[in-house]
Amino acid sequence: MSQEVGRGSENHSDSTPYSFGGSWTPSAVELERRIARKARGRKNSLVAAASSALVLGTLATIIVTSPGWKNLSDTFFKWAYGFEVLPKIILGFGANVFLTVVAATSVGILGLILALVRTSRSPAITPFRILATIYVDVFRGIPMLLIILLVGFGIPALRLKGVTNNVFILGICAVIITYSAYVAEVIRSGILTVHPSQRAAARSLGLSNFQTLRYVVLPQALRRVTPPLLNDLVSLIKDTGLVSILGVTDAIRAAQIASSRSFNYTPYVMAAGIFLLVTIPLTRYTDRTLRKSIDRQNAQGLA
Amino acid sequence: MSIPVLALEKVRKAFGSEVVLEDISIIVPEHTATVFIGASGSGKSTLLRCINLLEQIDDGVIRLDGADITDPSVDPDEIRRKLGMVFQSFNLFPHMSVVENIILAPMRVHSKSREEAISEALELLDRFGLREKAEQYPDRLSGGQQQRVAIIRSLAVKPRLLLLDEITSALDPVLVNEVLSTVRDLKEHGMTMLLATHEMGFAKQVADEVCFLEHGRILEWGKPEEILENPKKPQTKEFLKRVHEAGRL
Repeated sequence: MSQEVGRGSENHSDSTPYSFGGSWTPSAVELERRIARKARGRKNSLVAAASSALVLGTLATIIVTSPGWKNLSDTFFKWAYGFEVLPKIILGFGANVFLTVVAATSVGILGLILALVRTSRSPAITPFRILATIYVDVFRGIPMLLIILLVGFGIPALRLKGVTNNVFILGICAVIITYSAYVAEVIRSGILTVHPSQRAAARSLGLSNFQTLRYVVLPQALRRVTPPLLNDLVSLIKDTGLVSILGVTDAIRAAQIASSRSFNYTPYVMAAGIFLLVTIPLTRYTDRTLRKSIDRQNAQGLA
Repeated sequence: MSIPVLALEKVRKAFGSEVVLEDISIIVPEHTATVFIGASGSGKSTLLRCINLLEQIDDGVIRLDGADITDPSVDPDEIRRKLGMVFQSFNLFPHMSVVENIILAPMRVHSKSREEAISEALELLDRFGLREKAEQYPDRLSGGQQQRVAIIRSLAVKPRLLLLDEITSALDPVLVNEVLSTVRDLKEHGMTMLLATHEMGFAKQVADEVCFLEHGRILEWGKPEEILENPKKPQTKEFLKRVHEAGRL
């Protein structure tokens, strides 16, 4: 197959050698390639379908034909009962949504402040920088369940005047404390990836340290860490369920109450389904933002 | 004689035990261009960064319009407002459009209104033939266009002195020319400039004075035709010979 066919000039011979677009029709080689590509695509999807059917089919058969399957499906997949208690679980999920919204907002603010303090080089900030570092180290290193227990049961035990005993508020506080430590580190890593030359350019224009941060460094840093922050948001939605151990009636607690009444675990499956309904779209969205952000960074070149 | 825009007196700079600049004294009168030539690592970029107070010098004095800017009580932000700097790697802000890049400093540092800053920015873009790029983002521009925008951005604050740090080193030969003609235009309009460059032909056209730097010292200085065509020091001759062999003269 000669290469000249693809570059055939018969289309251009009547006009200038630099005419672009308009008169182009695919050459014989290109048409051949397209047919070949299409055939390969069909073959690939056939293989994918066959292998998926085989693997998933085998798994399903193993589960359904197992000796305990009948028993298990009665305890976990009794849909009639599941839908009977669904309204209560959805009501409980409202608490999870509320917890997520309040916590995410506060975590965003607190995490940003912690990240700024940790990346600041100003001598006046030194004590705060040390405190912020300790804070992040400590609260990133303790399991969140423990923080919830310590805050939820420890603070009321202190019997301080004017401090709430409301488990709902204490639960939110515990979640905020833990997640701001995570988020602070994500934002800080974003700030550190902005190239020093950007800072130099801003400072040489006469912008102050704060203005450089506000207009040049932070916008770029936050854009870069949006995908990991969305990831943390997905985790946060799930982890709000942990406050149920303090007695907050969220989706998990509602499911627990329902299942302990009937010794049937279907409410837990229902709760899991509700969480998935929110987290799967969010995860897909996160993936898309991540892909976009990678594309953008690859396109940026030298700038 | 009037006070020069910039004067360096016995400037010294070291990174740890490595001396990068030693005994640098130069005078840059208004409306003139001083060009630094020399191999990579000879201290050209460091010198420009010291003048811009991005680096702290270890000895000597730098004067801007007669005033000592290396005095510790001087606010570096105050000084940088009077200086424009253009970098080898352009350093445009990728999250801002061309016009936003240009109006940032006029608005935030010089407290101009958005309307005034934009109209001045568009005027400058017009003058350098980039008007239709105003709303584009830097990653949509060629290297030469990005560097011209970077020059315009530094001009927008009406600097007393423009520092140009190897601004064509990251560009291919075709794009180099559009950037250099922009600089020639500035020179004709009387802009006072300090340049570090590897483009000897350009140095000859635009420079009032050429300084040859080696290992952080000024070995030879004078009119461009003296330095570039009749260098006296063997090191300068050797450097120019190598540049010539590389096809840059």
